[in-house]
Amino acid sequence: MGLATFRKGGVHPSDMKYLSNKQPIERFPIPEELVISMSQHLGAPATVLKAPGDHVSRGERIGQASGFISADVHSPVDGTVTEIRKVTMANSVCCDAVVIKPDEVQNDKLYTKKIDYNSLSSEQILAEIKDKGIVGLGGATFPAHVKMTISPGRRVDNLVINGVECEPYLTADHRLMLEHPMEILEGIMVCRKVLDPANTIIGIEANKGDAIETLRAAIEKRGYPIKVMPLKMKYPQGDEKQLLKATTNREIPSGKLPLDVGAVVVNVGTTYAIFNAVVYGKPLFERVVTITGECIAKPCNVIAPIGTKVSDLVAYAGGFTTEPDKLVSGGPMMGFSFFDMDTPIAKGTSGILAIPDKKSYRQTACLSCGSCVAACPLGLQPTRLYALITNGRYEEAMKNNLMDCKECGCCSFSCPAHLDLVHAFKTGKKMGRKK
Amino acid sequence: MRRVSSSPHFHSGVSTSNIMFSVAAAMTPACIWGVYAFGLRALLVLVISIASCLLTEYLLGLISKENTLWDGSALVTGMLVGMNMSPSIPLFIPVIASVFAIAVAKWTFGGLGANWANPAIAGRAFVFFSFSSAMSSFTLPRALSAVDVVSSATPLSMVKTAVAGGEVAGMTSTQILAQNGYMASDLATKIAKATGFNAYNIDAFIGNIPGCIGEVSKILIIVGAIYLFCRKIITWHIPLTYLGVYALLTWIFGGIPNGLGFFRGEVMANMLRGGLILGAFFMATDMVTCPITHKGMVIFGIGCGFFTFLFRSFGSLPESTSVAILLMNIVTPTIDRFVKPKRFGEEVAK
Repeated sequence: MGLATFRKGGVHPSDMKYLSNKQPIERFPIPEELVISMSQHLGAPATVLKAPGDHVSRGERIGQASGFISADVHSPVDGTVTEIRKVTMANSVCCDAVVIKPDEVQNDKLYTKKIDYNSLSSEQILAEIKDKGIVGLGGATFPAHVKMTISPGRRVDNLVINGVECEPYLTADHRLMLEHPMEILEGIMVCRKVLDPANTIIGIEANKGDAIETLRAAIEKRGYPIKVMPLKMKYPQGDEKQLLKATTNREIPSGKLPLDVGAVVVNVGTTYAIFNAVVYGKPLFERVVTITGECIAKPCNVIAPIGTKVSDLVAYAGGFTTEPDKLVSGGPMMGFSFFDMDTPIAKGTSGILAIPDKKSYRQTACLSCGSCVAACPLGLQPTRLYALITNGRYEEAMKNNLMDCKECGCCSFSCPAHLDLVHAFKTGKKMGRKK
Repeated sequence: MRRVSSSPHFHSGVSTSNIMFSVAAAMTPACIWGVYAFGLRALLVLVISIASCLLTEYLLGLISKENTLWDGSALVTGMLVGMNMSPSIPLFIPVIASVFAIAVAKWTFGGLGANWANPAIAGRAFVFFSFSSAMSSFTLPRALSAVDVVSSATPLSMVKTAVAGGEVAGMTSTQILAQNGYMASDLATKIAKATGFNAYNIDAFIGNIPGCIGEVSKILIIVGAIYLFCRKIITWHIPLTYLGVYALLTWIFGGIPNGLGFFRGEVMANMLRGGLILGAFFMATDMVTCPITHKGMVIFGIGCGFFTFLFRSFGSLPESTSVAILLMNIVTPTIDRFVKPKRFGEEVAK
């Protein structure tokens, strides 16, 4: 039987997951200094609540959401605020950050008392999710309470849980599904209580067969009304548009949200965070990060506090075997390359990659071969957009649906002329918006 | 030093030169057959075509201060020019064709990727209409002649001449060829006896047929094309629609010029003669000059098939593959303007 997938476009990069998919999640030791950015989510940055010299305790709020689309930030440790300074994150966002020096003795008695979420109303659950600063952990870091607030009159047919992890190299979600299936499932049940969907589907790509089996067994044991759906491997299946097409055969029109086709998509990592927030009252101040790449001595998956510096993570993973050509935050297809080893990780950092110099190719003129058109999952014409943008015709590019582009990278990945298509689209979007 | 760049930080590994050298490799078996069938003279024509393409590319690169030899496109053009020449061609003609292909058809429009016509076809068309008689005289392959360099018309032009003479009412092309004393090779005759296939078609399939150096061996061209299919360098859209439409039209209407009537066209005979197979797999599929969408490629293939049939069966020239492809090259930008991929989300949600 053929497995489900989305139809239009997509590419098949080698998944490179063997580097770290056998490594159990380890708890990362508390580093000497944490740099916690106030812009860990999509939307307005949080407001700093602390001043240098203040003592903070683990889980205490240090940043206050500053708008409708914004999220609170919490301290991952007991410690002292040493400084408030500007920090540049891997995605080039520059914002305020709270620098915390952790105490030598940490209070580890927190978050052990279980709350029965069935006794909570859905408003209480949403309030709890907001209070604990939960954001989507798949990469876009959209505040979860905003996503899960369904306006009256709207109905959710499908709650789709994203366990696809289609980016090469990354194994954080995979390990989480293997090691914490019960927590993920309970997190999903919490979401179900809020959203009341007709169907609940977990979409997982076929290269994670062990995770599919683990979750299926756990669902059977608990008798939850959740369906696990194995999907054929294809990038970018983890994008909500492609995932909904693959799992429910519905297409989100341009500029619309999943809710417009009666669906909500939540990442497995987010359901785990929601479980911890609602059941144990634990704010989102740590996450699973994959430290991997050919240049890392011991690729691994760790659960690390938000604000840990990349240098500490790399040192934990045994350092570099060879000097990497690029450091990437996130996956290789959509992640951001950065150069500063002191860049801290944020809520959305699913992985840190150190990749060597891939055999470099020379750029040539566009051959109009059509690879990019065939690869584009959104039905755009990347080569045409590229020509328009490089000639400064931004408005015309916008008319050719440039804003539909999600920068998934399929076009650049398959371009034989090695054109920087995605780079041009990022530029074009900025210039097009200006006008 | 660590590099910082926009995503993606991962690449499939294909490159322009990689594609071009693969295409060149895929055409090599057919070239080797050409040299085997027509002797070292054919090799000389191929070498001269390739060398003049490369030299022209290099010299133009000196002027524009860019070195584009390594991308392999000039090599492919050179091979195609040579493959489209008769083995007995005077040697200055492939030189002119090559210079025209690279300098006029490609570089005046902005070099690789900017040309509107397939350079090799443009070069061939230029010399074809300049030196028609030299371009139309062919020699018999090794298997059909006891001595070297026996000139002969191609089966296509033999039939064309006979049909134009008007004395062939109701005869199939096989009968016309037999009447004109066209021979089949011993091997093909033996196979024909054993299998019941037409001996002329077997010869044409193997490559024992007078014609251009690279177009004669259909089986080796198909072998090369299969390699390109496997490498995903060409897709089925153009070759299949091209050959399919041509075969269909030939079957329905191809018998009319011979006075045979509808549905009496000789599909296999016409498909295997001339440059159709080479054109469909290696010239129509040129990335630069064919549409970028798969839908557009299908339209392009249908157009090529239609015009090839029209010119071959009802035109004055015996061979018209390259003219048909050239014509569709002109239409390509228009196809690309109107045929756009369907935007995601435009289908009504079920």
